[in-house]
Amino acid sequence: MRRFLRPGHDPVRERLKRDLFQFNKTVEHGFPHQPSALGYSPFLHLMAIGTRSGAIKLYGAPGVEFMGLHEENNTVMQIHFIPDQCQLVTLLDDNSLHLWSLKQHSGASELREEHRFTLKGPPGSPPSATQITAVLAHSSREVLYLGTESGNIFVVELPSFKALEDRTITSEAVLQRVPEDYCNRRSCELVEALREHPKNPDQILIGYSRGLVVLWDLQNSKATHHFLGSQQLENLYWQKDGSKFISCHYDGSYTQWPVSSDNRQPEPLENLVPYGPFPCKAISKIYWQTTKNGLPYIIFQGGMPRASYGDRHSISVVHGSQQTAFDFTSRVIDFFIIFSSEPAAEFDDPSAMVVLAEEELVVIDLKTTGWPAVHPPYLASLHCSAITCSHHVSNIPLKLWERIISAGSKQNIHYSTMPWPIDGGTNIAPDPPQRDLLLTGHEDGTVRFWDASGVCLHLLYKLSTVRVFLTDADPNDNMNTLGEDEWPPLRKVGTFDPYSDDPRLGIQKIYLCKYSGYLAVAGTAGQVLVMELNDEDAEHVVDHAEADLLQDQEGYRWKGHEKLRTREGPVRFEAGFQPFVLVQCQPPAVVTSLALHSEWKLVAFGTSHGFGLFDHQQKRLVFVKCTLHPSDQLALEGPLSRVKSLKKSLRQSFRRIRRSRVSSRKRRGASGNASEVQEANTKFDQDALQEMELAPVQRKIEARSAEDSFTGFVRTLYFADTFLRDSSRHCPSLWAGTNGGTVYAFCLRVPPAERRMDEPVRAEQAKEIQLMHRAPVVGILVLDGRSTPLPEPLEVAHDLSKSPDMQGSHQLLVVSEEQFKVFTLPKVSSKLKLKLTALEGCRVRKVTVANFGSCKTDDYSENDLAVLTNLGDIQIISLPFLKLQIRYPCIRKEDVSGIASCVFTKYGQGFYLISPSEFERFSLSTKWLVEPRCIVDMPEITSNNHVHNRPGVENAARKS
Amino acid sequence: EFRRFSLERSKPGKFEEFYGLLQHVHKIPNVDVLVGYTDIHGDLLPINNDDNYHKAVSTANPLLRIFIQRKEDADYSAFGTDTMTRKKNVLSNVLRPDNHKKKPHIVISMPQDFRPVSSIIDVDILPETHRRVRLYKYGTDKPLGFYIRDGSSVRVTPHGLEKVPGIFISRLVPGGLAQSTGLLAVNDEVLEVNGIEVSGKSLDQVTDMMIANSRNLIITVRPANQRNNVVRNSRTSGSSGQSTESSLPSSTPNILANLLHGEEESDEEDIVIEDSGEPQQIPKAAPTTESLELLTQIELVHESTQNGFLPSNEMNLNHSAGSISMEFEVPDPEHKPLEEDGTIITL
Repeated sequence: MRRFLRPGHDPVRERLKRDLFQFNKTVEHGFPHQPSALGYSPFLHLMAIGTRSGAIKLYGAPGVEFMGLHEENNTVMQIHFIPDQCQLVTLLDDNSLHLWSLKQHSGASELREEHRFTLKGPPGSPPSATQITAVLAHSSREVLYLGTESGNIFVVELPSFKALEDRTITSEAVLQRVPEDYCNRRSCELVEALREHPKNPDQILIGYSRGLVVLWDLQNSKATHHFLGSQQLENLYWQKDGSKFISCHYDGSYTQWPVSSDNRQPEPLENLVPYGPFPCKAISKIYWQTTKNGLPYIIFQGGMPRASYGDRHSISVVHGSQQTAFDFTSRVIDFFIIFSSEPAAEFDDPSAMVVLAEEELVVIDLKTTGWPAVHPPYLASLHCSAITCSHHVSNIPLKLWERIISAGSKQNIHYSTMPWPIDGGTNIAPDPPQRDLLLTGHEDGTVRFWDASGVCLHLLYKLSTVRVFLTDADPNDNMNTLGEDEWPPLRKVGTFDPYSDDPRLGIQKIYLCKYSGYLAVAGTAGQVLVMELNDEDAEHVVDHAEADLLQDQEGYRWKGHEKLRTREGPVRFEAGFQPFVLVQCQPPAVVTSLALHSEWKLVAFGTSHGFGLFDHQQKRLVFVKCTLHPSDQLALEGPLSRVKSLKKSLRQSFRRIRRSRVSSRKRRGASGNASEVQEANTKFDQDALQEMELAPVQRKIEARSAEDSFTGFVRTLYFADTFLRDSSRHCPSLWAGTNGGTVYAFCLRVPPAERRMDEPVRAEQAKEIQLMHRAPVVGILVLDGRSTPLPEPLEVAHDLSKSPDMQGSHQLLVVSEEQFKVFTLPKVSSKLKLKLTALEGCRVRKVTVANFGSCKTDDYSENDLAVLTNLGDIQIISLPFLKLQIRYPCIRKEDVSGIASCVFTKYGQGFYLISPSEFERFSLSTKWLVEPRCIVDMPEITSNNHVHNRPGVENAARKS
Repeated sequence: EFRRFSLERSKPGKFEEFYGLLQHVHKIPNVDVLVGYTDIHGDLLPINNDDNYHKAVSTANPLLRIFIQRKEDADYSAFGTDTMTRKKNVLSNVLRPDNHKKKPHIVISMPQDFRPVSSIIDVDILPETHRRVRLYKYGTDKPLGFYIRDGSSVRVTPHGLEKVPGIFISRLVPGGLAQSTGLLAVNDEVLEVNGIEVSGKSLDQVTDMMIANSRNLIITVRPANQRNNVVRNSRTSGSSGQSTESSLPSSTPNILANLLHGEEESDEEDIVIEDSGEPQQIPKAAPTTESLELLTQIELVHESTQNGFLPSNEMNLNHSAGSISMEFEVPDPEHKPLEEDGTIITL
C-alpha cells in the first residue's frame, strides 16, 4: 500500500525535494589507481596522468583539475601536449590516438575528446608496421610524427588526424647513407625516440632501438647526420643550444654526441656507465639541463648495478660533485623536469623534478640545497598504508583547525618551501563553505588528517599510535640507514609504504570531538586510545587499563592474535594528539564500535564479545557488558579465518612485489612485467570464474535465530541525554546495538562538574530491546521533543546548536540492516517502521543523519537519514516519519570495498574508495557542492613569451 | 459447584469484566477456564469474546446457563451444534469427563489457541498456473529449509517467446517446513515474495527479502509440476475470505492488501526488558493528540488494512508497565482504530 501512495501525492513536497536533494559525483581525491603515463605542458603548466583503465587526469594549480575517460578503457601508454595549445594527444595500448581539448564552456574550461585515430598501414602489412612506439608533437602544431615498430615514421595532420603519406619517413630512406658494415649488423628496427631540434624545427632526431640515431631534415627529406650507436637505445635528449644530444642505453650507459655541420658521422664525445663497472640496468630516460654556473644537471632514470640494486626504482640527479639516486618505493612510470621554458632564456635552470611512481607523485626541489621533496597539494597517496577506516568531521572550529595545522607543519619541516611548481590554470570555484576534516585510519596504526574542505584533499597532519606499543619491528631496521659514503648514493623518497610492522596496530574506529579536541581511536587488537591535542612535545605515561569483556563467562578460549604489548614508563610524544589513556579489550578482538562523549568524559567501545564504558577523567572502567551468546563458538575463538586470509594475502602481495621487481625490458617487450602480471591475473580471474560457474550458486533461506554466530558483535554505540526511565527526569545514557538485533540501554549517573573527580560514574542497565527480525543494529539515534536528532556533545555549550527540546517526548530510532523503527521513550512502544529489506531486498550498510538546506531559501533546512544500501544505492529517508524521499544509484553493488568505505558528512556529502588510493566525492545536497571549477587560458604566444598565470601562482603559494 | 448471580441485561459490559466476575464469584482468580453456555437450541456454545458474550446475554431467557471448565481439563469436543441433543447429558459429560473414557475426539481448539499454519492462499485471484504459499515459521522449530538459485524461464512477451532470468527453488532441506508442507518443490519458479515481484532482482536481493519476511513468508511460485494445480470452476470460493467478491485476478491493490494484512497480523512485536525485569512485547504507541493528524496519515498508510486483536487498552497498560510507574495518556475512544493494532500479551 505504501508503495502506491508514496510517489507524487504531495506536489509541495515534491517541489521541496527538488530544492533539497541532488546527486552528483563531484571529484576524485587521491592518487590515480594504476597510472601508466605522464605528460607535461611547459606552456600551460599543466600535468596529465593517464591510467591503465583509460582515464586521463589533468592537474595544474591547486583546484585546477580535469578528468576524461577513454571509451575503450584501454591503458594510456603515452601523453603528449601539443606545443602552445590547449590540446593533448594520448596513445592507448590498442594503438589508437586521441586528441583532447580544453575548451571553455559557460565560464569554465572542460576537457573533451575531439578526435580519435588509428594508424593504417598499406594493405597486407603486418600490424607491427603501424604499431606506434614514439610520438612527436611538432612545434608547428600542425603535424604529429609517429614512430613505429617497423622503423617507419608516419606523419599525420592535426587536428584532423589525416595521414600525410607522402611525408612518411621510411627506414629505407634513412639507411641510404649509412655505412654498409653498420647496416648489415643492425637494421633499423623500431623507432625508440623522436626529438625535435631545439633551435631548428626542420630537423628531428630519430633514434632506433638497435642504437642508430639519425638527424633528419624535414625540408629536404633526407638524413643529415648519422650517429652510429653500438648499444641498444633507450632514449634521447637534446641540449638546449642544439649543439649536442645525449643518448641513454640498455646497458646502463649514456653517450654524448656532437652535432656540427662539418662531420656528418661523428664519434661520441663521451660514453659513461654511471654506476659501472659491473653490469647495470638500462637507463630509460635522461635529461641534460644547463645552468648559469656551467655545471649541468644530468638526470636519469635507472642505471643501477644489476646484481645488488637491480630491484630499485631510482632516478639519479648529478650536478657537479653532488649526486643522489632517489629511491622510490614503487615503480617509476615516468618523470619530467620543470625548467625555464622561455625560448629566450640562455639556460635551462631546472627548478623541480616531478616523478610519477606507480603509487605516488614525488616532486623534488632542485633549487634548494639538499634537494628536498615538495609537499604536493593534491594527488595525495591515501594508501601510503592501506586505509582501514575513515571518519568525517564537518565544520571544524577555526581554533582546532589552526592547532592541527600547526602540529602538522612541525612534521613537515623536511619539505621544501618552494611554491607548487605546477601552477597552470585558475581555480574559479567559490571558497569552500566550511572547514572539513576527513580522518583516515591505516593498517600501520596511523591516522591521517586531511583537509577535505575543497577540491584538493590535502594532508594536514599525521598521527601515529605505534609509539604506545612495543612492536616486533626493530627501530634500527630502516631502509634509510645507508651511510654517507655508500655507493650508489641512494636516498629513499616518498611516503608510500605498503608494509605494516604489525597488522594488530591497524586503526578500526575513529571519533574526534571538534569542540574539545579529544580524539578516540580504536584498533584491531582491541586497543582504545583517548588523546588530547597538545601544542607542545611532551613526555608522559599513558594510563593503561584492561577491559575483560568476558567477565562472567567461563571456559572460553581466544585463538586470535595476542594483545599488543605496551611500552613501560613515560613515552615522548610530538606536538599534536597525544594519548593519555589506553584501554585494551580482553579478548583482544577488533574494536567494532566506538563512541566518545567529551562533555561527560566517557568513552564506550565494543567488540564481538561485548562492550565497555571507560571514564577517562577518573581513568576508571565504569562497566563492561558481555553480549556473547554462550553457544557462539566462532566469536569466541577469534577471527581465525580472517587471520589466515590476511596471512595469505600478505604472502601474495609479497610475491607480487617480488615479481614486479624482477628486472625486465620496458613496456613493449614480450616479457614486459606489467603485461605478464596482468595476464596471470586475468588467467587467475578466469579460473576463479570457471570454478564459480561449476558450483551452482544457491542461497539458503533461513530465519535468523538467537543461536546464529556473531550475534553479540557490537555494531553501534551511542550516548544520549534522554528519558530512559521516566518522562520527568532525563539522564545520560549509553545505547548499544548488536549484530543479533539487540539494543541495550544503560542509565548513567555522571557526577556534576565540581564533584566529577570525587564520585564515581555509575551505570545501570535500564532496557534491553530485542528486535524480532534479529537483523544487525547499525544505528541508534534519539530524537528530541521536536523530532530533531539530539545535538553532539558540547555542541550546545558552544552555541552551535539549539538546546534539545526536553519538554516533548523523545523518540528512539533504531536502524537495523533491514528496518527502520521509531519507538517512544521512556516507555518503549513501537511507533513507526520502514521495512526496507522486505520491500526492496536491499540492506542498510551505512546510515547518518544529514542536514539538507534548500537551494532556494536560506532559512529552510531539514534533517534526513542518508542511507547507503548493499546494492550501492543511496536513499534519503525523512525524519521522523521514515518516508523514502529519493534514491540514487551510486556505487556498483559488486564494489564491496567501495560500499564498505563510504562515509557520509553531516551536510549531505560523502566519500567512498574507488580504488585503494582514491576517494570519490559525491554530494546529495543542492546547497553544498564541492567540485572543481577552473579556467585554463591560452597564454599569449605572439611574443613567444610564455606568460604565467598570475592568479594560479598566488593560489599555489597560498595553498602550499 | 453452582453459583447464581445477576447481570444487567442492558449493560452487559465486556467479556473481560465478565470473566473477571466469574473468577471472582468462583474464587478462582488465577485459574484459566473455558466458559460456555447453552443457547436456545440447547447447543453448548463458547463464550470467549465480547460478541458471543453479548449474544449469550441477549439470548438468556431469563436465565443464562453458564458452564465453566478448567482449561487443562477441557473437552473441546463438547462445544458445537447439536451437542446437547447428541450427548444425553452434556452436564455430566462436562463435569465428569473421566466417566467417559472412549475414543478421543478430534480436538478443536479455541480460537485464541489457533495457530496459523502454512497453506495455499489466494487461489481465487491467481492464475491457475501460479500458487501462492504462506509459510508460517512462527510456532514451529522447523527450519524454513529451502534454497533458491538463479535460472531462466521462457516467457511470452510482446516480442514473442523470450528467455528471461528467474529465481528457482533449488533444494528442500529434509524435515524442513518447506518440505513438510508439501506446497513447494524443487524447480518451482519464485515470482513474488510477500507481494513484491522478484523479476529484476538479484538472487541476493531475493534471499534478503525472504529472510526479512521469514516469520511470515508468502511466496508466489509457478510450480514446476503443473499437474496438481487447483482447477477452479467458479470464482465464488476463496480461501482468503475478504477477497471473494471484489477481487479480479488483476486487482493488485487488493492482492497487496491481503498480503500486507497477513504480514502485519503475524508480524511479531519486538521484546523489551525494562530494568532487567521480565521480557515483554513492545506495544504500539498510543498517538498523542497533537501528533494525531500526522500519525494517522502515516499509520493509515501502512496499517489500515490491519485486523486487530481486541484486548482492552487499559489492560495493556497495566500489564506492560513492568516495574516503573509512568504517565501514559489513556486514549480517547475515537482513537481506538489505531489502538487496536497492539497485540499485547504479557509473557
